Amino acid sequence: MESEQLFHRGYYRNSYNSITSASSDEELLDGAGVIMDFQTSEDDNLLDGDTAVGTHYTMTNGGSINSSTHLLDLLDEPIPGVGTYDDFHTIDWVREKCKDRERHRRINSKKKESAWEMTKSLYDAWSGWLVVTLTGLASGALAGLIDIAADWMTDLKEGICLSALWYNHEQCCWGSNETTFEERDKCPQWKTWAELIIGQAEGPGSYIMNYIMYIFWALSFAFLAVSLVKVFAPYACGSGIPEIKTILSGFIIRGYLGKWTLMIKTVTLVLAVASGLSLGKEGPLVHVACCCGNIFSYLFPKYSTNEAKKREVLSAASAAGVSVAFGAPIGGVLFSLEEVSYYFPLKTLWRSFFAALVAAFVLRSINPFGNSRLVLFYVEYHTPWYLFELFPFILLGVFGGLWGAFFIRANIAWCRRRKSTKFGKYPVLEVIIVAAITAVIAFPNPYTRLNTSELIKELFTDCGPLESSSLCDYRNDMNASKIVDDIPDRPAGIGVYSAIWQLCLALIFKIIMTVFTFGIKVPSGLFIPSMAIGAIAGRIVGIAVEQLAYYHHDWFIFKEWCEVGADCITPGLYAMVGAAACLGGVTRMTVSLVVIVFELTGGLEYIVPLMAAVMTSKWVGDAFGREGIYEAHIRLNGYPFLDAKEEFTHTTLAADVMRPRRNDPPLAVLTQDNMTVDDIENMINETSYNGFPVIMSKESQRLVGFALRRDLTIAIESARKKQEGIVGSSRVCFAQHTPSLPAESPRPLKLRSILDMSPFTVTDHTPMEIVVDIFRKLGLRQCLVTHNGIVLGIITKKNILEHLEQLKQHVDPLTPPWHYHKKRYPPSYGPDGKPRPRFNNVQLNPIDEEREETEEEVHLLNSTTL
Amino acid sequence: MASLCGGLPRLGSVLSLSCLALSALVQLTDAAKNFEDVRCKCICPPYKENPGHIYNKNISQKDCDCLHVVDPMPVLGPDVEAYCLRCECKYEERSSVTIKVTIIIYLSILGLLLLYMVYLTLVEPILKRRLFGHSQLIQSDDDVGDHQPFANAHDVLARSRSRPNVLNKVEYAQQRWKLQVQEQRKSVFDRHVVLS
Repeated sequence: MESEQLFHRGYYRNSYNSITSASSDEELLDGAGVIMDFQTSEDDNLLDGDTAVGTHYTMTNGGSINSSTHLLDLLDEPIPGVGTYDDFHTIDWVREKCKDRERHRRINSKKKESAWEMTKSLYDAWSGWLVVTLTGLASGALAGLIDIAADWMTDLKEGICLSALWYNHEQCCWGSNETTFEERDKCPQWKTWAELIIGQAEGPGSYIMNYIMYIFWALSFAFLAVSLVKVFAPYACGSGIPEIKTILSGFIIRGYLGKWTLMIKTVTLVLAVASGLSLGKEGPLVHVACCCGNIFSYLFPKYSTNEAKKREVLSAASAAGVSVAFGAPIGGVLFSLEEVSYYFPLKTLWRSFFAALVAAFVLRSINPFGNSRLVLFYVEYHTPWYLFELFPFILLGVFGGLWGAFFIRANIAWCRRRKSTKFGKYPVLEVIIVAAITAVIAFPNPYTRLNTSELIKELFTDCGPLESSSLCDYRNDMNASKIVDDIPDRPAGIGVYSAIWQLCLALIFKIIMTVFTFGIKVPSGLFIPSMAIGAIAGRIVGIAVEQLAYYHHDWFIFKEWCEVGADCITPGLYAMVGAAACLGGVTRMTVSLVVIVFELTGGLEYIVPLMAAVMTSKWVGDAFGREGIYEAHIRLNGYPFLDAKEEFTHTTLAADVMRPRRNDPPLAVLTQDNMTVDDIENMINETSYNGFPVIMSKESQRLVGFALRRDLTIAIESARKKQEGIVGSSRVCFAQHTPSLPAESPRPLKLRSILDMSPFTVTDHTPMEIVVDIFRKLGLRQCLVTHNGIVLGIITKKNILEHLEQLKQHVDPLTPPWHYHKKRYPPSYGPDGKPRPRFNNVQLNPIDEEREETEEEVHLLNSTTL
Repeated sequence: MASLCGGLPRLGSVLSLSCLALSALVQLTDAAKNFEDVRCKCICPPYKENPGHIYNKNISQKDCDCLHVVDPMPVLGPDVEAYCLRCECKYEERSSVTIKVTIIIYLSILGLLLLYMVYLTLVEPILKRRLFGHSQLIQSDDDVGDHQPFANAHDVLARSRSRPNVLNKVEYAQQRWKLQVQEQRKSVFDRHVVLS
């Protein structure tokens, strides 16, 4: 009973089994102007001609019941494997949710029976919270490990702590009293490679030695990272967010969130960050957290057996990932809601919140940076901002939008090149070359030599009297009576000007390198390089505005609020706004991004500037192309992702999209009870469809249900193994009652338990906007198109995606298609007034559209149907 | 049901493991609160004729201010207050044990992975060559054009399935994993269907 309960009970209990009802159906159809011809055409190979047309069958409540009850008992237990999915397939959210509700009902009804059942139901109720707790703990701990190890390895490029090898530069000089005000990071314990190898700390010789060692370490880290990825877990490369988005929308990529991927991603992420490539660890941390979520969900049957429920855990896990990546728990929850999740009920919101909390707590208790913060570049400002400053903030927003648009175009073009040409065959070489170029160019410039997070920290930090970096080399007017917190605007010194030059060079370098880095076969995130670019631009603008205000404080825009000797411009704030704008331009996030950035700064008063910049950058970016970098990569890879944000504005009908098309072979259908096991196996072998509609009989093409290919294969295989008497010529029966069979015929195989008896159907005249909406909101996998209860065709998610792609390329959305102007014809007639061709009594679609999708975009779609 | 019963002990083991890890962490942090893991760092900017200076002291959080840390005081009497107002003192904590343990764990995992990688890519093909002779070598070279690790996973899989015992089970699991990785590698690096 159980397995049958999984599918929708009793919908078709009284199936139309009598010949009388079938004939009345036909009359009904004729009345509707449909001409039925019953001749089996020669290409009717699906049904294998040998089954007699119009078999007379009756309800079998009496005679053959004995044999069938025996079989029914065998089928009481669900066949293992039925209801699971193949690799690169789309899940059926509706079916998964039904399965879960059924399971829940079962546990609830048993609850009262015994204490043990009660415990089990409690365990079941709590398992959701338990799994997100474990996920949060694990992702916090892993983030701590990654942070500490990456810091250490980054500093390894430069030198080593002789007194304790496991300390990074900062930790090495932790207790040292030898540091001076000017050279804060020098201490005798920390040895650069030049000091160790050639024994001198200064001079051109040591510079060259350090240069060589820097390149050597960068190359070896990059090589190790890419070879580990290549040998153990190819899925560990890249940022992972496009794939996680796709997985959360209901796609299966086996092994993408597995143990090896987790381990290799964690290990190589450290190497990739340490190699000095222009990449960040934030995006991959989301992937790491999702791996944790997936692995822990295997401990709980509630989540391991149900793909839809597992995705709720993954949503929570991605929130935990961002929470630890940016130290922004609330921002993480919003990120999960805005950017990655597809199905996000309130329950998931709370669990995400909790997971983010746990993860942030764990990371905080590890305290990886020694600053009691979750991120390196945490800053605190207290200076107010003025209305005029919105203008440079919006300018930064424009810059961010332009950068985002440019980056997406350039990166996608480069990735397409990698995907389609021979150049993609050498991933290891590519990584090595990119790493070598990065290292060679990065070392001479102090701002690119730094770890990117450190660079962002330096750019965010405002110049107090305590700062010693050249960015803060202002000419002081030694007016020694002022208090620390309120430094007036000062004229820039020579150090600031040289720093600006270096920053300009760093900006160009970062822009170019990031385009070529994102997408190479090591774990690589995009957040940190984008933020760095924005922060550099913002800091330059900030210093410019500051100097403008200093030299022209009598201009009317400054006169009101910026008096001589007042501190009115904070360049660090500009850097922060610029970082947010650039990140917004690339990812097109808004709310979550602003929340993440203000959680970074702990200053609520900067929300308005941030909002203005992020909104501007989104507008500017959207003017050049509506999709963010993640959607662009999803489209590039051809993942079956139905974006909920896009609107469908076309006026096509379901009949225009459904398969089969006119020139295609007829729709492969199963009949309810007159096919043999061999017939079905032949059909499975000959076609590559992932599911077959089951109809009553060939004469009456009424829909009974839908059977999935995988379920059919598994069920037949297990029946051949376990049930005796199942041979190739056994009848397969999807109906509730087996038809009466000749006495000598083999025992029939009942497969009603794998039949989905409430498949989603639409009529052929349903507008596509509604169909697309149904697919998006319910997460359907396929949908059958019927006319008067007769199956005409099928629409799968893939078909819809192809259709969208086609419309995007060929049709102006505002021009209505042909059938808007012409007289409407009944579906059995084509637009030319002639009857449509028909095969196997299934109406086919006359629209002959050229299928010219770019090959790579449907590449995956072709291999992954449904 | 069976999976639930299977899930409970597994959950139990994971929970106990994480408890162990947690208690270890607590012990570590206790041990980490040792003397050299806290510091109070005062940065004092140049003042009058005194150059800027950084003071660093192991001191408890409540004593972390200029008056306790700056020693010897470079200025006298009335200037002390003015000098100290400019200094910024920050109390910082770290856990040296956590850092040490983390780096050691990380390096050992990395080392093991590297060893295994070297074994799989260099040593195993040589061993196989010795064991199975020349003919198979040619065959497997035909299979996969360039030199790929795990090239002969299919053969081993087929062989090990035939004689079931514990050792073979391990080998079987390993070969299955190898096949999966090979499949992943094909889809990422050769066919470019995912992650490009």
